[in-house]
Amino acid sequence: MKYVLRYYRPYCPYIILILLLLFGQAMCELALPGYMSDIINNGIVATDMEYIKRTGIIMAGVSAAAVVCSAGGSFFAARVSAKSSRDVRKALFEKVTSFSAAELEEFSTASLITRSTNDVQMVQQATVMILRLACFAPIMGIGAVIRALETSLSLSWTIGLALLVILCIMAVSFFLILPKFQVLQKKLDRLNLIMKERLTGILVIRAFTTEKEEERNFDTANRELTKINMFVNRAMSFMMPALMFVMNAVSVLIIWAGAHLIESRELMIGDMLAYLQYAMHVIMSFLFITMIFIMIPRAAVSAQRIGRVLQVESSVNDPENPVNPGEPEGLVEFEKVSFAYPDAQEKTIDGVSFTAEPGKTTAVIGGTGAGKSTLIGLIPRFYDVTEGRILIDGRDIREISQHRLREMIGYIPQKGMLFSGTIGSNLRYGKEDATDEELREAAETAQAMEFIEEKEHGFEEEVSQGGTNVSGGQKQRLSIARALVKRPKIYIFDDSFSALDFKTDKALREALGKKVGDSTIIIVAQRINTILDADQILVMEEGRLVGKGTHMQLMEDCSVYREIALSQLSEEELERGRS
Amino acid sequence: MSEEKNAFRRRGGKRGHGGPGAGMMPGEKAKDFKGTMKTLAGYLKPYKFRLAAVFVFAVASTVFTIISPAVLGEATDKVVEGLMGGSMDFRGLGIILLVLLGMYGLSLFFGVAQGWIMADVSQKIIYTLRDRMSVKTDRLPLKYFDSKTHGEIQSRMINDIETVNQTLSVSLTQIITSIVTIVGILVMMVRISLIMTLIAVLVLPVSMGLIRLIVSKSQKHFKNQQKYLGYVNGHVEEMYTGHDIIKAFNREEESEKTFEEYNDRLCESAWKSQFISGVMMPLTGFIGNLAYVAVCLLGGYLAINGKISIGNIQAFIQYVRSFNQPISQVANVASQLQSTAAAAERVFEFIEEEEEEDLDREPETVLDPRRVKGEVSFEHVRFGYNEEENVIKDFSFTAHCGQKIAIVGPTGAGKTTMVKLLMRFYELKGGRITIDGHNIKELSRENLRSLFSMVLQDTWLNNGTIRENIRYGRKNASDEEVEKAAAAAHIDHFIKTQPKGYDMEINEEATNISQGQKQLLTIARAFLADAPILILDEATSSVDTRTEQQIQQAMTALMKGRTSFIIAHRLSTIKNADHILVMNHGDIIEQGDHESLLAQNGFYTSLYNSQFAK
Repeated sequence: MKYVLRYYRPYCPYIILILLLLFGQAMCELALPGYMSDIINNGIVATDMEYIKRTGIIMAGVSAAAVVCSAGGSFFAARVSAKSSRDVRKALFEKVTSFSAAELEEFSTASLITRSTNDVQMVQQATVMILRLACFAPIMGIGAVIRALETSLSLSWTIGLALLVILCIMAVSFFLILPKFQVLQKKLDRLNLIMKERLTGILVIRAFTTEKEEERNFDTANRELTKINMFVNRAMSFMMPALMFVMNAVSVLIIWAGAHLIESRELMIGDMLAYLQYAMHVIMSFLFITMIFIMIPRAAVSAQRIGRVLQVESSVNDPENPVNPGEPEGLVEFEKVSFAYPDAQEKTIDGVSFTAEPGKTTAVIGGTGAGKSTLIGLIPRFYDVTEGRILIDGRDIREISQHRLREMIGYIPQKGMLFSGTIGSNLRYGKEDATDEELREAAETAQAMEFIEEKEHGFEEEVSQGGTNVSGGQKQRLSIARALVKRPKIYIFDDSFSALDFKTDKALREALGKKVGDSTIIIVAQRINTILDADQILVMEEGRLVGKGTHMQLMEDCSVYREIALSQLSEEELERGRS
Repeated sequence: MSEEKNAFRRRGGKRGHGGPGAGMMPGEKAKDFKGTMKTLAGYLKPYKFRLAAVFVFAVASTVFTIISPAVLGEATDKVVEGLMGGSMDFRGLGIILLVLLGMYGLSLFFGVAQGWIMADVSQKIIYTLRDRMSVKTDRLPLKYFDSKTHGEIQSRMINDIETVNQTLSVSLTQIITSIVTIVGILVMMVRISLIMTLIAVLVLPVSMGLIRLIVSKSQKHFKNQQKYLGYVNGHVEEMYTGHDIIKAFNREEESEKTFEEYNDRLCESAWKSQFISGVMMPLTGFIGNLAYVAVCLLGGYLAINGKISIGNIQAFIQYVRSFNQPISQVANVASQLQSTAAAAERVFEFIEEEEEEDLDREPETVLDPRRVKGEVSFEHVRFGYNEEENVIKDFSFTAHCGQKIAIVGPTGAGKTTMVKLLMRFYELKGGRITIDGHNIKELSRENLRSLFSMVLQDTWLNNGTIRENIRYGRKNASDEEVEKAAAAAHIDHFIKTQPKGYDMEINEEATNISQGQKQLLTIARAFLADAPILILDEATSSVDTRTEQQIQQAMTALMKGRTSFIIAHRLSTIKNADHILVMNHGDIIEQGDHESLLAQNGFYTSLYNSQFAK
C-alpha cells in the first residue's frame, strides 16, 4: 500500500486545496436551508417582501459559490487522480521492463498485464471517488449535524433514530447480500468455463455425441446462476424502497415532534423546515460513507497488487563499473553453471559446463522440462546463474553491462513474436538504421523473402498486435531474420525451427550455414534431424548435462540421446543421417 | 518507424471498460431496433399477467410517492395554522401524519412487490435465453464456429445477456415509474400554482441544453480516453509478452518512450473527461438551485399575498427537487435501450442462426457399431469451406475393413478435412461417402459418430475427474471397463500413482497433468469407445521420450482390427500404411502406397526427401 501512496505525495498541496474547496462547497450548501428558514420566519410570517427579495439574492449568490467550489474540487480531483495514476502506471511499466525473466515468471505475464492496466484503472477511479465523495460526505455529514443541533437540540433524537435504523439495514445487507455477490461472480465464471469448454471441445463433444450431457451440465450451472441472481435482484429491490421509507418516516417524525416544540414556542416554523433538510443531508452523507466502505477495500486490493510489483527488485543488475570489451570473438564458456528459482527446492540447471566456439554449432536437446530454454536464457542474462559462471571471450558476463552483452547476441525465441508495426520495422528491431539491402539479405537467408514478396506491400506490410495476420511459420522466419539483421557474433535459437515444415527447416539451415558460418551458434531443438550435423550436441535431462558430443558419438554412448533419436527416426533413417 | 500510423489501427479499449462517464459514450446501435424489440417482447409474452401486475404496482407505488409531499405540506399548514391560531390541532395533525405514514408504507409495499415479481420474470427470461443459446450451440454446423471466435460467442453468452438482464430487471420498471412521476409531479405542481410551475419547468430546457452542450464538448475527450487506454493497454500487453525480445534487442528505452507518450496522452484526456463528468452534477445542481431560489422568492411573494400556504411552498420545493431525476432517467433509459437492442440482437442472431441439415429427421438406416465391418468409400466427393471455392474437387477412394490409411502433407494442407467430412461435421457439396455401402447421410449423426473412435492432437479434456474424462468415450461404461481402457492405453499406472487415482480432478486449464499424459488419456477414451473405425491424429508436439514410446505402443494397439485414418507425422506410420493420401492446399493431390508414390517422383517424393535426406 505504501508503495502506491508514495506517488500521491507530490500532489499533497492539491489534495489540501481540494479539501478546502469541498469544505467551502459543504458550507454553502448547508447555508441554503438556513436562508429558506429565514425567508419563512422573517419574510412570510412577518410579511416582509423586501426581506424575501434580499435573502433570495443572497441565496443565489451562495449557490453560485457552491458551484464554483464544487467545480474547482472536480478540476483538481480529476487532475490529481489522472496524474498520480499516470505516475503509478509509468513506475510499474519501468519496473516490469527492468525485471529479469525470473521475476516475470514469478508474477506471470498475464498477472503483470492486469496489474498495469485494470488495477491501475481501478485505483484511478477510486482516487476520484475518494477525493470527491469520500472526503465530501464526512464534511457534509458533520456540517449538517452541527447545523441541525444548532437549529434544534431537542429534535436530534430523530436523526439518531434514523441513522440507527439505516445502520441496521446496511449491516443486514452487508452480511446478507454482499457475500452473495461473490457467489454470483463464481457462478458466472463457472457458466463461462463450461461454455468455453464446450466451444474448444466442440469436435470431441460431437464425435462422442455427448451434447446432451454438456447441455445438462450447462443447465445446472444456468439454474444455479438464475437462483442466485433472483435472490440478489430481490434483495436489491427491497433495499432502495426501504431506505426511502426510512427517510420519509423521519420527516413525519420531525414534523410531529417539531409541532410540539412550535406549540411550546421552542422552535420556529421555518427552522423546522430547515431541520428537515439538514436531516436529509445527514442521512445521505451517511449512506455515501457506508457505500465508500464497500468501495475502498476493493481499490485497496488493487493497490496492494500494484505495490507488490513495485517493491520487488530485479535480480539481474548491471555491475557498478562495467568493463567495455572490444569487438567480440564469440567464445561462450559455461563453468559449472547452476540455476535455481528463488525459493525453489531443486535446481533447474545443475552444474553444466561446456564451451561453444565461434564458427561451430552447439545443439541442445532433451525432453520437455529438461531445462534447455533456461540454460540458454542464462547467456543474455534473462536470468543470472546461481552458481558457477558464464564467460564470453574469457570475461564473466556479469562484468559487462547488459546493454553491451545483448548487443553481441542474436536471440530467436521459441514463439515467433512480432510487434505491431510493419514487417520492415520488425526486422529493424535490432538495428534501426539497417538498409533495405540488409533487410533483403536477412529475409532471404531466413527463407522469408518468398512470402514477403507475396504480400501486397512487401516490407511495408502492416503487422497487427501479436502478429495475428502472419502465420506461425512466417513469424518464426521473420524473427530469425530480425536477429540476422543485427549481425551479432553469437546466435541463440530457442527451438526456433519447430513451426517450420521440414523442407523450409532444411533450406534455412543451409542458408544460415553459409551466411553466419563464423559466428557461434547455439540451437535448442526438439527435432533430431534439425541437429544431426551439429558440431557438438548437449543432451539435457532434469537440468543436468547427460551427454556431450556429435550425433555419432552420442548414439554410441548416451542412452537418453539414443532413446530420443529412436523415438523420432527409424534405424534406417538414422543410417541415412549418418551417410 | 511507422509507429504513429499503426497506432490508429490498434484496437480501442476492451468492452466492459466502463469507468466514470461510460454512460456518456456514444452507445452502439442495433441494426434492426424494432424487430429486435418485437422478438424480445415475444419472450415477455408468457409472463403478461405478471407484467401487468408489475405495471399496476409500479404505478401505484409511484402515485403514493407523488401525493405524499402534498400531504406533508398539509401537515405543515396545520402546524402553521396552529402557530397563527395559537393552539395546535394535534389530533388533526396526527391523523394527517398517520395517513402520510400509511402512504409511505403502501408505496414501500408496492415497490417491493413490483421488484419481487420483476426479478422472477426477468431471471426466467434470462434463463430461457441462456438455455436456448446452450441448446443452439449443439445444433449449429461447425462451419459457423469457423467464422466466429470463441471469445465472440462467449461474449454474447455472458456480456450481451448481462446487458439484457440489466434492462429487464431495472430499466423496464424505471421507464414506467419515470413517466408516471413526470406526469404526476406536473399535475401536482400545477394544482399548487401555475406560475410557479411555469418557472420551474422553464429551468428544464436550460439545464438540458447545458447538459447537451457539455456532453458534446466532452465526447472528444471520452473517445480519446478510450483510445489511449487502448493504446496503453495494448502496449503493455505487447511489451510484457515480448519481454525477452525487448531485452535481447536492447529496446527498453524506446519501449518506455512510447509508453510514456501514450501514458501522457491518456492522462490528459482522462483528467479532462473526468473533470467534465464531475462538473456536470454541480452545474445542473446549480440550475436546480436557481429554480429553488426562484420558487422561494415567488412562493414567498404569493404567500404574503395569501395566495399560497407555507405547506404548499414546501411541497412545491420537494416536487421541483424530484423533477430532474426522472427526466435524466428517461434520457438514460433511452440510450440504455439502444445498447440493449444491440446486445439482444446479437443474442437472437445466434439463437436464430441456421442449423445443421436434417437434424430432426428420422434416419433411414441404423447401423449397429458392433456389426459394422468398416468399409469406407468416398465417391466423387466435392467439398469447400465456402461457397465459391472447392478445395476437394473430385475424390474417390475405398478403404477396406482393417486397412490403415495415412494422410500426409505439409502444415496447413487441410489434413483434418477428410476426417471432418467422414464424421459429417461438414456437408459435402457433391458425391457421397458410404460406410458398409450406406450413405452416411442416411444415418443419424449420433449413429454415424458412434462408429468412430477419435484421438485428436488437440487433447481436449474437461474440468472433471480422470474417470469422467475417460468415460467420455462411452457414458454407460462400468468402472472396471474404464480401468481396462486405461490399462490398454498404458496410463493405468500413472493414474494409480496420482493422489486421488481415478478421482483426481483435472483443473480448469488442464495443467495438472502433462501433455503426454493427456494424449494417453484421449487414447484410453478412444479404447473405451471401441468403435469399428478409428481416426488418429499423431502428435507433433514433443513429449519426453518414455511417454512418446508409450503413446506409440498404445496407438498401435488401438489400430488393431479397425479401419484407421491416421493423420501421419511419423515415417514409420506412413510406411506401414495400406494407402497414403497426400494433401496440399486442401486438396488430395496424390494417392497410393509408399512405394508407388515414390515411383511417381512427385510432391510426395519431395516431401519425403526434404524430411530425411541430407
